[in-house]
Amino acid sequence: MTAASVGETVLEVQDVSKRFAGVVALDGVSLGLRTGEVHALVGENGAGKSTLIKVLTGAYQPDHGRIVYRGEPVTFARPLDAQAAGISTIYQEVNLVPVLSVARNLFLGQEPTNRLGLIDFAQMHRHTTAILQRYGISVDVRRPLRELGLGMQQMVAIARAVSGDHRVVIMDEPTSSLEPREVERLLEVVDLLRRGGVAVVYVTHRLEEVFRLCDRVTVLRDGRLVHTGPVADISRLELVSRMLGREVAEVARGETRFSDRKTDQATQPILRATGLTRRHVLDHVSVEARAGEVVGLAGLLGSGRSETAKAIYGAQPLDSGSVEVEGAPIRPGSPRAAIAAGLALIPEDRKAEGIVPMLSVRDNIVLAALPRMSRAGFVSERHQDAVVKGLITRLRIKASSPDQKVSELSGGNQQKVLLARVLCLDPRILILDDPTRGIDVGAKAEIQMLISELAEQGMAILLISSELEEVVEGSDSIVVLRDGAVVGQLRAEEVSQDGVMGLIAAARRESDSLPASGGGIEGDATEVDGHVGD
Amino acid sequence: MSATDLAPGRRAIGRADVADWVAARGVYLGLLLLVVFNLVFTPRFVEVDNIRLQFVQVVPVAIVALGMAVVIGTSGIDLSVGSVMAIASALLALYIGYGPLVAITIALLAGAAVGVLNGVLISRFGIQPIVATLALLVGGRGLALVIAQGRLTEMFDPVLGAIGSGQFFGVPIVVLIALGVALVVAVLVARTTFGRYVVASGGNPDASFLAGVPVRRTLLSVYVLSATLAASAGIIQTARLSAADPSFVGNLIELSAITAVVVGGTPLSGGRVRIVGTLAGAMLMQLIAATLISHNLPDSVTRMVQAVIILGAVFIQRPRIAA
Amino acid sequence: MTATTSDRDPTLHLIGDPGEATRAANRRERLARILQRGGAFIVLIVVTLLASLVFGTRFASIDNFLNILEASSFLGLVAVGMTFVIIGGGIDLSVGSLLALSAVLAAFGSQYGTVVAIALPLGVCGLIGLFNGVLIARARMAFFIVTLAALLFARGLAFAVSNEGNKIFHINEDLAVIWLGQGSVAGIRVPIIIAGIAFLVGWVVLTRTRYGMAVTAIGGNEDAARLMGVPIARVKTVIYLVSGLLAGLAGLLVAARSSSGQSTIGVGLELQAIAAVVIGGTLLTGGSGSIAGTLAGVLLLNVINNVINQVGTLNSYFQQVVSGVFLIIVVLVQRYLSREQRL
Repeated sequence: MTAASVGETVLEVQDVSKRFAGVVALDGVSLGLRTGEVHALVGENGAGKSTLIKVLTGAYQPDHGRIVYRGEPVTFARPLDAQAAGISTIYQEVNLVPVLSVARNLFLGQEPTNRLGLIDFAQMHRHTTAILQRYGISVDVRRPLRELGLGMQQMVAIARAVSGDHRVVIMDEPTSSLEPREVERLLEVVDLLRRGGVAVVYVTHRLEEVFRLCDRVTVLRDGRLVHTGPVADISRLELVSRMLGREVAEVARGETRFSDRKTDQATQPILRATGLTRRHVLDHVSVEARAGEVVGLAGLLGSGRSETAKAIYGAQPLDSGSVEVEGAPIRPGSPRAAIAAGLALIPEDRKAEGIVPMLSVRDNIVLAALPRMSRAGFVSERHQDAVVKGLITRLRIKASSPDQKVSELSGGNQQKVLLARVLCLDPRILILDDPTRGIDVGAKAEIQMLISELAEQGMAILLISSELEEVVEGSDSIVVLRDGAVVGQLRAEEVSQDGVMGLIAAARRESDSLPASGGGIEGDATEVDGHVGD
Repeated sequence: MSATDLAPGRRAIGRADVADWVAARGVYLGLLLLVVFNLVFTPRFVEVDNIRLQFVQVVPVAIVALGMAVVIGTSGIDLSVGSVMAIASALLALYIGYGPLVAITIALLAGAAVGVLNGVLISRFGIQPIVATLALLVGGRGLALVIAQGRLTEMFDPVLGAIGSGQFFGVPIVVLIALGVALVVAVLVARTTFGRYVVASGGNPDASFLAGVPVRRTLLSVYVLSATLAASAGIIQTARLSAADPSFVGNLIELSAITAVVVGGTPLSGGRVRIVGTLAGAMLMQLIAATLISHNLPDSVTRMVQAVIILGAVFIQRPRIAA
Repeated sequence: MTATTSDRDPTLHLIGDPGEATRAANRRERLARILQRGGAFIVLIVVTLLASLVFGTRFASIDNFLNILEASSFLGLVAVGMTFVIIGGGIDLSVGSLLALSAVLAAFGSQYGTVVAIALPLGVCGLIGLFNGVLIARARMAFFIVTLAALLFARGLAFAVSNEGNKIFHINEDLAVIWLGQGSVAGIRVPIIIAGIAFLVGWVVLTRTRYGMAVTAIGGNEDAARLMGVPIARVKTVIYLVSGLLAGLAGLLVAARSSSGQSTIGVGLELQAIAAVVIGGTLLTGGSGSIAGTLAGVLLLNVINNVINQVGTLNSYFQQVVSGVFLIIVVLVQRYLSREQRL
């Protein structure tokens, strides 16, 4: 095959929209991919990245708009069709068969056969070795894939993806679980693909990779395309602010912070997490919170913010580090022990880790508090009903009755059910991981009000949000994370969007030569705010 | 993936809704139709003796099915119940010389021990329920046969005799025992924290773990419960026959029990336990067998019909995949 | 298949050695592979040698070995099918009943001649296997429910045909079909030869064909296999079809061997087959296994059975206990060895 001339548009998304049960996931997104470019696709939770990828690969059909591939409109009914047409995807989790050998994985379904129809292993192994050597990998291709490191597995996935006539390769956060050395290797391989004329869509949340590797960048937010253009033309800070920028609908609430408390920094912290460490996940993260204080955990997706929350709660395995509540250490690795110590968590992924879909609203609410709502193992229905009804009213949960299945509620009401669940525990420390993600504006405002109210009543709160504005407005102090480590903490008056973005965007290496501090940031940020806000 | 991706669209009442209704409540309709059929076409159906016989015969399956329902509620399965019945039966014969109370206690404890083994393999070592309990299904019956030396042992113990064929105001004692067990399990499922933990662990183990539910302990308890109930079913069966026959007792009962549970509206995917439905399911299968037999259809046909019914019930309950 | 990148610029230095984290896992992996591939063979050899020492020529004679081989051939046929089922991520519980059904149908059909005696059992068992496959692969029903129901149905059908098990059909000794069970070629009995061929074909298909690769891939990671273009439903359906056919073939041979078809045989055979397959090193979770290991597993179970029979004091039910214990130990070892390190 001859390499296509660089710069020709090979795949075009034209005004694509997609909605699910009334929620807009993609809203009129247009995007062109050129041969020989690495195109970064960035955005926070719920920005629409996954939906866009699924539309491109045929897993979803767009409600509106079309996809033009090599100059012709196309419809992919399923991922295999897209693959056959030459668009392949490399998923976050390597999607190969770990127990099969490297060579079998590379050739599955296309094994070379001899005249008898039997697989010619000698030839298959020779070919595999040759192909992998082009990517700088020299391994025994007869060994099971799972014996290789994740990075090399990723490389095999890429080698498989670009075999045959593949012109577009979509990579969904390919480096998220790799070790640093493997990341280097992967970036080199992506560069190799680019030079071979392949168009690469590179989904990532690591700014370093965007600026080091990518030619152009597209930012999605709330299903809309908010920026697309050459990487060279955008500053690190601009990019961060476009990813995190405020939402138009939120302007109505004005500029006032929903937290106006003054916590006494001299009092002893009720929660003290020290040196939380997990290889390649968390690096000596320490967080403190006082009674009545809202501490924000800021950082991009994948910065370690959710992992920190789970580590404090005992749901993330740690290599080292300790969590103390009022000076008393909590047994690690046990959410049950954490709950007993006065902690409560609302996890990031409501569906997978929050609700129990087949159970009723009532059962979901009381689930965590069952031990204290029962006597000798018997559930006290009356006690339970009183609590549940009170919470349904207080949080204004819209359910036909406490017996309604929780899976039938809207996202916002499901989130309120989870809030009710933790309130039942009457916790002293509440950890909220993106509590307003993917819910409607009304419920969002109510939840934010509630957070503020709870803090005023003396609860210590750790708040994580995909929206920078929410963290900044809601928090008394903010711990900023990047690559699993704390890069700075902002207290009281220092808390501002610019401050957080400055810390997130600050270059890791001097060679990256980006504005790191001072007036430049503020100037840029204001400009960006104005641009995005209208 | 965005949080809203999986929200199902609402439509008018369609085939899916009908299937849902049949899955959840169909068993009662089936039972009703069957009773009506028998009232009309089966002579001597309403006689006391016949009714008593139907209830007595359903007891072992019903008791095993109750335990199975709880296991299935955690999205597990227990294939070892038949072998546990055989072990209990063999031990009962072995220790009956020490008096019925000792023998019964040992048989129940042995059942619980098998349950602990199942539960530990599943909850601690992460072995899939079907595999762990399959190993016990293979080894358990062999063990029972080894204990009994492959022989049928007749027993003439007054206490066992009373359990097996005694009556209380005309109601067979085994039926009373079964009702008692059903009541206990029903209370356990509906009124205790354990019951909530069962359905929560089955419905979403990750969320349950984060909500502080002791998921592992719950799994362990569930298999102990199931095996202990199976052991009591084995004791009852032995008492009724006045003989321990480990090569026969509980044969294929795992299938009957699973059928009763699934027909009764408990989904195999877990997250829900229907006690009354399970009892109705067991009764339905019993009545089908009785109906076929009383209309001179042989046992073999009954088996085939049972196979078809279980496939139908599971087919209706199978998880529907979004387009 | 060629990679598109025509880049020949050798700027990338070759890397090969795995990271430190994976090295320990690799050691375990190698140990796992040795145990998985050779474990059953090693135990088989040890048990055979021990038995030879203890029992002398009562055990270690050509005749006795041929007996063991013949006894193994029926279980072996079933186990070959079961190996594919388990590697593909499922279990087929219906094989014992299918074997009985096949034996009954073969004997029943023999009154209409050899062709019917062969075609009827194979046709019916194949059909039930196909039905299993369709329900599991297309309707996505749980495999143990489907095959348990098939177990019940096939046994019921066998009883229905044989007047509730009371009628035992006999096969006329003059019929050619008898040769399948009682004939011999060069001094080796036909069932042994047929089972040998099945193992050979099974080995070639599993290790040397695209179909074998597809089966392994499905068991290893069904979602990935689907994304990689493997026709999941078709491959799975064929797995259960073949398992049914092989159980049918085994039943046919049993009938020919005993000149009769009884509806009560083969109870618990599915469990023996599963035990043999798993002892032979096939992962019960699917995705990995070997036909040669299954052969060793089948022989091992039959050698143990033979030994138990030699020891007068142990009753034959002991074999089931041994199978069950073996199963638990092997599964635990597999679980321990295959535990992957997660980040």
